[in-house]
Amino acid sequence: MLQFLTDLQHYTFLQNALLTGILASVACGIIGTYIVVRRISYIADGIAHTVLGGMGAALYLHKVYHWHGILPIHGALVSAIIAAIIIGLVSLRAKQREDTVISALWAVGMAVGIVFIARTPGYSEDLMGYLFGNILMVSSNDLWMLAGLDALIVALGLLFYNQFVAVCFDQEFARLRGINVEAFYLLLLGLAALTVVVLATVVGIVMVIALLTLPVGIAALYSSAVWRMMAISTILCAVFTTSGLALSYGPDYPAGATTIIIAGAAYLCTTTFKWALSRGRS
Amino acid sequence: MNQNDVPVIVIKDLSFSYDGHPVLEDVNLSIPKGDFVSVVGPNGGGKTTLLKLILGLLRPSRGQVQVFGVTPEEARSRIGYMPQHSQLDPQFPATVLDVALMGRLGHGRPFGRYSRKDKEIVWRALEQVGLHDLRKKAFSSISGGQRQRLFIARALACEPDLLLLDEPTANLDMVMEGDLYELLHTLNQWLTVVMVSHDLGFVSRVVKNVICVKRKVLMHATSEITGEIINEIYGSPMRMVRHNGEGSCNCFSS
Repeated sequence: MLQFLTDLQHYTFLQNALLTGILASVACGIIGTYIVVRRISYIADGIAHTVLGGMGAALYLHKVYHWHGILPIHGALVSAIIAAIIIGLVSLRAKQREDTVISALWAVGMAVGIVFIARTPGYSEDLMGYLFGNILMVSSNDLWMLAGLDALIVALGLLFYNQFVAVCFDQEFARLRGINVEAFYLLLLGLAALTVVVLATVVGIVMVIALLTLPVGIAALYSSAVWRMMAISTILCAVFTTSGLALSYGPDYPAGATTIIIAGAAYLCTTTFKWALSRGRS
Repeated sequence: MNQNDVPVIVIKDLSFSYDGHPVLEDVNLSIPKGDFVSVVGPNGGGKTTLLKLILGLLRPSRGQVQVFGVTPEEARSRIGYMPQHSQLDPQFPATVLDVALMGRLGHGRPFGRYSRKDKEIVWRALEQVGLHDLRKKAFSSISGGQRQRLFIARALACEPDLLLLDEPTANLDMVMEGDLYELLHTLNQWLTVVMVSHDLGFVSRVVKNVICVKRKVLMHATSEITGEIINEIYGSPMRMVRHNGEGSCNCFSS
């Protein structure tokens, strides 16, 4: 821990890692809250796993066919957009098939990714890197990309806060008040997909899912307003990424996995505590 | 023609089918301004469908619906709607005030915060339904009856001329039901009210007309309702309790 604090002052990679966690928290706090209150976090999970297929394909083209302009993030973007459009249309038009379609995209997306990664020569790239990322290897380009994502999400999230909340709470009533429900729903899915793409390439797929749902899950226990849930989950998310980084640094544990375990343990403790408290009262 | 003479809702030769199954057939209706209508009928008879056709959430397969002389879509800003509350997530993180404020969407600016005027209107709506003191309470912590009243407040926040309520008395006990009718009776002094009722517990002192929906739609004045009509609607013997203004009640059983 002390080692972490002294090294933090000297090494840019550690400062970048810390900043990555904090920037990721803003996007995850806001988008995570919207998708949890709209009860579509499984959609974000589905998109996140589908992204592996795109990243694998892009990597294969990059390495085998030397298409140097193609980076994993481009593949992730294409596959996330395809997944978001398919899921969005199915959930708006044929609600009952939604879970089957998501499971299919999830499984096929990951399988495609694994095939491409296996057929790509060189051992520098491995599956674990894509699943858990490496927060210690974030470049300053990645940081700018994250900052841009945050700016977009904060601007849209604040400007259309009332509309998003109304659409999440009662879609039918929102439509009657003249809100274009489909447009806001697809915008929300699009922002979720974009968050998944950017964060999946920076911190890994499993980390995105953990950061989008676990802090929000805890915040939901203590929030009576959507904006408060966003604020609490953003703060919690920053605490988890920072403590994950600090605690894993000394003993050289994987930072991403440590963060997820801390967040998961906190979620388990708070929900159990809340449950015990409500049982004790009744 | 005087504005007051235009019926609030006019339905002409309307039919609606869902996946090829006819839900409503040959509906003709005219609801005048200031009416208080209760929509009754068996489950699956098409009550909610009729309401959604009036709101323009569903389109008729044949025929047409006019609200205030225009299409439902054009009339939406003048309609306050209270849905069946069971469809909504009771754990949603919002205060009573937040939920009521949603009724102000579509009135002011297309984005940004609610204005002071919006808040004043919502304030009054919450006062009318008696939830003003609970405005800071979490939506998840209030009772079923309070939730019903909150959705009425949200509908009132739209400043409507027509109030459509889908089963406002579901999950209410007798006392709360009485209070609710009292509130609707007061609102009816300046609003036209159409409500779907889950049973025949309507109060003739408040309800002026009854619409019976079972694929066909028939409208009766409350005073005309008899045991035979009820039998015809529900297709099975059924007991009806009618409350008169004096507090006496006539029971029909068949």
